[in-house]
Amino acid sequence: MGDAGESAARRLSADELARNFADIHVPLDRERSLIEASRCYFCYDAPCQQACPTSIDIPGFIRKISTDNVKGAAVTILNENIMGGACARVCPVEVLCEQACVRESQEARPIQIGALQRYATDWLFERKLQPFTRAPSTGKRVAVVGAGPAGLACAHRLAMRGHDVTVYEARPKAGGLNEYGIAAYKVPDDFAQAEVAFILGIGGIKIEFGKALGRDISLSNLRRDFDAVFLGMGLAGVNALALEGEDMPGVMDAVGYIERLRQTADKGVLEIGRRVVVIGGGNTAIDIAVQAKRLGAEDVTIVYRRGPDHMGATWHEQELAQTNGVTIKHWARPLRIVAHQDRLKEVEFEYTQLDEQGRLMSTGDRFSLLADMLFKAIGQSFVPSPLGNGAAEPLELANGRIQVNADRKTSLANVWAGGDCVPGEDLTVSAIQDGKLAAESIDRNLRSA
Amino acid sequence: MADLRTTFASIKSPNPFWLASAPPSDKAYNVVRAFKAGWGGVVWKTLGEDGPPIVNTASRYGALEVGGQRMVGFTNIELITDRPLQVNLDEIKQVKRDWPDRALIVSLMVPCEEESWKRILKRVEETNADGVELNFGCPHGMSERGMGAAVGQVPEYVEMVTRWCKQLTRMPVLVKLTPNVTNILGSARAAKRGGADGVSLINTVNSIIGVDLDSMAPYPVVGGKGTHGGYCGPAVKPIALHMISEIGRDPECAGLPISGIGGIATWRDAAEFHALGAGTVQVCTAAMHYGFKIIDDMVDGLSNWLDARGHDRLDAIVGRALPNVTDWQHLDLNYKIVARIDQDACIKCGLCHIACEDTSHQSIAALKANGERRYEVIDQECVGCNLCMYACPVTGCISMVEVPTGRKPLTWLEHPNNPLRQAAE
Repeated sequence: MGDAGESAARRLSADELARNFADIHVPLDRERSLIEASRCYFCYDAPCQQACPTSIDIPGFIRKISTDNVKGAAVTILNENIMGGACARVCPVEVLCEQACVRESQEARPIQIGALQRYATDWLFERKLQPFTRAPSTGKRVAVVGAGPAGLACAHRLAMRGHDVTVYEARPKAGGLNEYGIAAYKVPDDFAQAEVAFILGIGGIKIEFGKALGRDISLSNLRRDFDAVFLGMGLAGVNALALEGEDMPGVMDAVGYIERLRQTADKGVLEIGRRVVVIGGGNTAIDIAVQAKRLGAEDVTIVYRRGPDHMGATWHEQELAQTNGVTIKHWARPLRIVAHQDRLKEVEFEYTQLDEQGRLMSTGDRFSLLADMLFKAIGQSFVPSPLGNGAAEPLELANGRIQVNADRKTSLANVWAGGDCVPGEDLTVSAIQDGKLAAESIDRNLRSA
Repeated sequence: MADLRTTFASIKSPNPFWLASAPPSDKAYNVVRAFKAGWGGVVWKTLGEDGPPIVNTASRYGALEVGGQRMVGFTNIELITDRPLQVNLDEIKQVKRDWPDRALIVSLMVPCEEESWKRILKRVEETNADGVELNFGCPHGMSERGMGAAVGQVPEYVEMVTRWCKQLTRMPVLVKLTPNVTNILGSARAAKRGGADGVSLINTVNSIIGVDLDSMAPYPVVGGKGTHGGYCGPAVKPIALHMISEIGRDPECAGLPISGIGGIATWRDAAEFHALGAGTVQVCTAAMHYGFKIIDDMVDGLSNWLDARGHDRLDAIVGRALPNVTDWQHLDLNYKIVARIDQDACIKCGLCHIACEDTSHQSIAALKANGERRYEVIDQECVGCNLCMYACPVTGCISMVEVPTGRKPLTWLEHPNNPLRQAAE
């Protein structure tokens, strides 16, 4: 191959790519769902429900599946989590509900809660049923910034409560990370857009695309023009390695590449390196590594500066990477990007360890990895500038994100926030809970006003 | 290996496991397969009068599924054999000749007239079968024609027909009893009075096993309609155990051999029937569910269990539990047990708590200890009912332990709260 050692498109045939980016999970059919549901003990005050950030009545919906009341099961799920379909696919259940399942402590084989949730929600979606209706109109108007999970969950609950919602979305499509960020094989077949359509199906929600906060709209104007504002714009910043040569060809940020991958119908046009190095330890690192492999990269190595237990990616995600042929190297951090003819050639790392105070330090030993692509996946950050905090009333931040109370209310009157732009777990399911709680708080607020 | 050979009402078999009179024993093909598999005996599916054969329906069976477990209960609306009498008799004769060591009993059901019984008994005798079983139990179809349960529910008829048969044949006569009566002793005593060599029970229970909610007809559905059927399978075992124990401890029935029937699927089930006085056991549903091969574990398991208990023969355990079957009024009201939860085995499902809290005595506390769920028995509230132990999904996690009260045993007959109590001696 002439391009050996470099990046190239179409490393795999169209068939291979189609297979590699098809649904990673085989959905449970009715028969298998009934068998799995019959394993549930219907625990009292169930640990799985307590472990779910959106508090879905898991024993309740599983019992409904077991009696073939699948519609009832789906509604039980969606009542607490309007994106129950996405969460069934992307939730790290192995550290949430399924980890808490008493079957896990009994026999190390938890109920497949995520798969059952998918069975129920898919059943409802396939039949195009709309179980939710709007309360009588309140005449109140709420602005939502960002059409990701937090914003859409908030908008849906507000619409249910009879408020009119306008969602401002900077990108051309709604869905947020479900549309632009999650690994393609977890949400195939345009699932994110189908779910958005289901959410909007309740009515009363208008989305204005191509409207970015700080560019096309301002927080102060939204506060002036609407009865309440919900901020769910996520994280706009990508963390840098702070190494020389970070901008050279071949070095890219994982988030941007995945976004392109998700929006490209013909994955064959995407160039991928033969030898790929990923730096980071979170889900994005796993997602880019596995997808690189599935695009046809030959050697993919994740390098993480700490040990497996410190990784943001769960053990399940780490296993997924390993079974996809990705090598994970722990306890090393990048020192130097080495170029050849102005193009990435290799990355030099130093081994790390913890000192007696638990701080990360170099061991003094080094190694290098040849690479024709280097992905940075070391986290994202909140960019506060679009908030217009130069205004008279600044929005209080906490740990670099928007500070909120238990109701997801910010320091500003009539402004709520949720999702990745507030402190806490950066999980889809947490974002949905934020949006739901904020909507209930907004509703109480607007009704008492 | 413990000796499983049995002699029941003078009928010998190499083990106590017989196939009950039912579809698995309808013809030589099945019966030979059963004998090859190791079954000790067979009660041939019920023969009727000579003449135009019975006609059966499609469908015939219905089943109860519980929590994914198939055929926990089973029902049928099939009638007696639908093959010509002579064909059955010829096959019986041949099978008995080929398998002399196995018990071969012929089930019979003819109209309630002495002549009818006389005719058929004579023909059965010619087959050299080991005995006959009078089918007074079938609850569906035949009972509408004055046979089966229609006879078995009237003790006078049971006695009369049994007496006829005893006078008309040299073969041992077993009487199969229907459970569809208020007191099994009525028909059991009648059989004894009539001279029966033994009784077999239970036949199937009147039932509608379910309703097809689409066609709005009871299962099994026959062309849009259904009828009540005969219920059997694991779910009826408790009914059968009760009825055989009633006969086993009835002084009037003393010495009457009992062939236990009803939901027997394993050697363990069989051991329970034997413990309550059954000399042999009869099996149908389990074989219909899994095939004849289940006999392997039944024989092997029963033998091994007897060995482990130090018994060399099955007889050693027959009736051993009967002395401990008593009436409620003889139970010791001073006996006290409470639940104990093995915290290491507990998986924190909370089912013991909610069962007790919602439906019993509020005696299991739901606590948090170091952020962990923890369930603890409140001893002074626990009445020792066993509910939590059965609700708990972890075997052995909850046990009931005796709490010595220091008080002498006290039954209701002597209890101060009993207005009719007998004076203490």
